[in-house]
Amino acid sequence: MGMEHLPILVIAIPLFAAFLIPLISKLGGGRYAKEGLTVGSLIFSLIAMILLFKRVVSLGPQIYVLGAMLPSLSLPSGMKIPIRIILEVDGMSAFMALSGTIAALAGAIYSIAFLEKETGSDRYYILFLLMVVGMLGMELTGDAFNFFVFLEISSIASFALIAFRFYQAESLEASIKYMVISSLGAMFVLIAVGFLYGKYDALNFAAIAKKMSFSWADKIALALLLVSLAMKCGAVPLHMWLPDAYAEAPASVTAVLVSVSQASLYGLFRVCFSLFGVKMSTLTVGWMVIIFGVLSMFIGVTMALVQKEIKRLMAFHAISQTGYMLLGVGVGLAVLGNPIALKSYGIMAMKGGIFHIINHAMYKGLLFLTAGAIFFRAGTRDLNKLGGLAHNMPWTTVYFIIGAAAIAGLPPFNGFASKLMIYESVYRFNPLLSIIAMIVSVLTLASFVKIFQSAFLGPQLPEYKNVKEVPKSMLIGMGVLAFVVIFFGLFPDLIVKSIVDPAAKALVNQASYISKVMGGM
Amino acid sequence: MLGLGLYAILFNRNLIKIAIGLTIVESAVNLFLITLGYVKGAVAPIYTMAPAGKKMVLPTPQALTLTAIVIGLATTALLLSLIIMAYKHYGTLDVREMRRLRG
Repeated sequence: MGMEHLPILVIAIPLFAAFLIPLISKLGGGRYAKEGLTVGSLIFSLIAMILLFKRVVSLGPQIYVLGAMLPSLSLPSGMKIPIRIILEVDGMSAFMALSGTIAALAGAIYSIAFLEKETGSDRYYILFLLMVVGMLGMELTGDAFNFFVFLEISSIASFALIAFRFYQAESLEASIKYMVISSLGAMFVLIAVGFLYGKYDALNFAAIAKKMSFSWADKIALALLLVSLAMKCGAVPLHMWLPDAYAEAPASVTAVLVSVSQASLYGLFRVCFSLFGVKMSTLTVGWMVIIFGVLSMFIGVTMALVQKEIKRLMAFHAISQTGYMLLGVGVGLAVLGNPIALKSYGIMAMKGGIFHIINHAMYKGLLFLTAGAIFFRAGTRDLNKLGGLAHNMPWTTVYFIIGAAAIAGLPPFNGFASKLMIYESVYRFNPLLSIIAMIVSVLTLASFVKIFQSAFLGPQLPEYKNVKEVPKSMLIGMGVLAFVVIFFGLFPDLIVKSIVDPAAKALVNQASYISKVMGGM
Repeated sequence: MLGLGLYAILFNRNLIKIAIGLTIVESAVNLFLITLGYVKGAVAPIYTMAPAGKKMVLPTPQALTLTAIVIGLATTALLLSLIIMAYKHYGTLDVREMRRLRG
């Protein structure tokens, strides 16, 4: 009893909390009331998500029909197409939402102390929750227009959060830039939805996928969706907004922004696999995704090497890491029409790419939080001015080492496990791609050695003599992510088997996604 | 209209004009959605007042458009308010002079 309502509760509880916060602050709630509400609602979402994941693994995709007599009644009496908004949760969406809720929880805990110096914290928490709600909604929905609405909710909340430090001109500039580009991208998504609706008279992914004929209108829709979603997830050559936005947002927001961008990445995969599937020429689209991926990997990391500012450097790394995911899943997509290749290495590449998504959300979140911690205490993010922080901030140093080792793909951290899977399987698809991926990894390591050396090592600088370790809540926030990073790194097999496998299978298995909504028709 | 809006966004240097370009694109998309549901000689899809025997235009695209308009309004309002604040910082609306971020 009650379990079938989980999909909507995951989204609704943080949304409800977001609207309660202004009420609480009007009523003069206690010192930690809004923080507690935010963290509490996210803990609830996380637990609900874990339960939902278990259900998805054991019972197959779950649907939730809003406004129906029964939450599982997708086709009301006599209807041939699903007319209501349907949440559809399969292995992949549950996986993404799980990774998103963990990152959001860590970001929220971290914010408690991080925002003590700033004003307007009630607005911050409202927007933070709305951003998370938008992200979860994008990942759980099974409806094309609803996807657009949640995309806009998370985008608008993140524009406002990037401009949170509105007294700095840079934040405003980054936010305006992101807003113009992202709104344009969202309009493209809407046009694509219009094309699909005009052709198939349906908005549900499964209903459209069932009738998909891949005519010229679908090709236009696919191109628009590919371009706009690749832009939103920050793939080169459409990445220009990302470094600014990531660098200028408060660190706790950036950590979650990584997951929000990944929701667009999820949208990209969902469109390619579940909506178009084998009806389209998977080899062509797969190669397009692979080229996006390789370009992102390489340009991201080379741009990162020349940066002098910690968060900008990390933002370029985020681009480069997104490239790995695109590469892994793109290889899977390219061989989707070829069962033998799919079985021998395609699935493996996809698992690597998908595993990398959660790993990236965890360690990049951790790294952004440590960068925020450095800024919190030292007041600058310029690498040339920093130095010797390891003397005063031992915990931050340890967390940074964990995050940096994970992103560079050193064993036994989680980045190693997923990168190894990508190298091995991509090598069998095209050796050159795999070699590029390894070179990028080495360059990543080089740039993190640079940060480590210039920010943490060296003699204690006189201007940072009185720097203290950051407050407890920030340490806990980082600790949550660091724990996940180490845990995933120590037991990669367990994680791959329990959460990555269902996700990869769900993407490949278009038929079960469609039949869950459309039934036997 | 789509092309006009895109032109305004890509080739203008004034932030307000870029915002206007974005609104033009939004209107273009909204019109496109409305056209999708158009049925020749049909009436507005309101059941209570509908004259009997007449066709109705499709209600779904209109609902979509309404939602899209509301979202577009939110974006425009936020964009304009940020532009005002950026103007306070830089004293100009020219994007060429707002170049503190680079790399």
